Amino acid sequence: MTQDSEDVLLTARQWLDDGKSVALATVIETWGSSPRPAGSRLAIDQDGRLVGSVSGGCIEGAVARRASQVIADGEPCLMEFGVADEQAWSVGLACGGRIRLFVERIEP
Amino acid sequence: MRRRLLDRLLAARAAGQPVALVTDLGTGQQALVYPDAIEGETGLWDEDLALARQMLAEDRSGLVGESLFVQVNNPPLRLVVVGAVHIAQALAPLASLAGYAVTVIDPRGTFATEARFPGVALSTDWPDEALTALQPDARTAIVTLTHDPKLDDPALEAALGSAAFYIGALGSKKTHAKRLERLRSAGFQDNALSRIHGPLGLAIGAKTQAEIAVSILAQVIAARRGSLP
Repeated sequence: MTQDSEDVLLTARQWLDDGKSVALATVIETWGSSPRPAGSRLAIDQDGRLVGSVSGGCIEGAVARRASQVIADGEPCLMEFGVADEQAWSVGLACGGRIRLFVERIEP
Repeated sequence: MRRRLLDRLLAARAAGQPVALVTDLGTGQQALVYPDAIEGETGLWDEDLALARQMLAEDRSGLVGESLFVQVNNPPLRLVVVGAVHIAQALAPLASLAGYAVTVIDPRGTFATEARFPGVALSTDWPDEALTALQPDARTAIVTLTHDPKLDDPALEAALGSAAFYIGALGSKKTHAKRLERLRSAGFQDNALSRIHGPLGLAIGAKTQAEIAVSILAQVIAARRGSLP
């Protein structure tokens, strides 16, 4: 975990150096069988590029969409995801866990 | 997060310095908490600061109360392997994959070679000197694999003088009993000797060198996570 989150931060800084706006999502709390522990990170740039992981891939898309708003207005936010519903369009965790995330913009 | 804080965080990690990033989830303000210092935008109550440092020591990220998130950033755990033997060739890459920074010590130059251990930190110093130089701490595991008392014993004596969270020595029950006898004669008490896992490894019926490496690493992980059987 230490190593991959370091890569996330190093990549985020590289994106900043390239002149991109960047948001960072961090898992702050988990319940049940969620795949990534508290402290796991995902960085998102203004073009939608992703590095890192906050789940097994179940919610990264939804986090990236919210991150673009955080990049635009600079307001940090909390997000929470629970179990996926039967309906195909709901975003959630197939593993039955729940997680809470903090999403923030990195101020250049 | 401010760019300056990100730079400081990455600098601390590059220097192998433990640091916790503390975020006030209400305001987004952040601070960096080191074992002996704090810097950043948000102040912390003494109680929260103490908790953040405890979490840093325990390598555990999480919430403090409702609104503070503590993310720990520790340097990698270390595994020091004494004996550049066959099992070590499997153990080094396996431990590396699990996030450990691995050093292999063997004064016998034909064993500790780059060809046998590509990309692994190697030392050909005498094991006790090499270990002392590495300054094993509470985030270090030490394993002796040489089977040779001339090499294993000085390494174990140095290991017992450190705060290493795991010490293991390869060898049968009989070999281990003799080893403990020698270390007793050298002045070590039973409570100190009980820190040595011997025969080492979890009982998974391991036969091949890779399987034995898995059983050793599993025991190291169990010790680290407080889950030893």
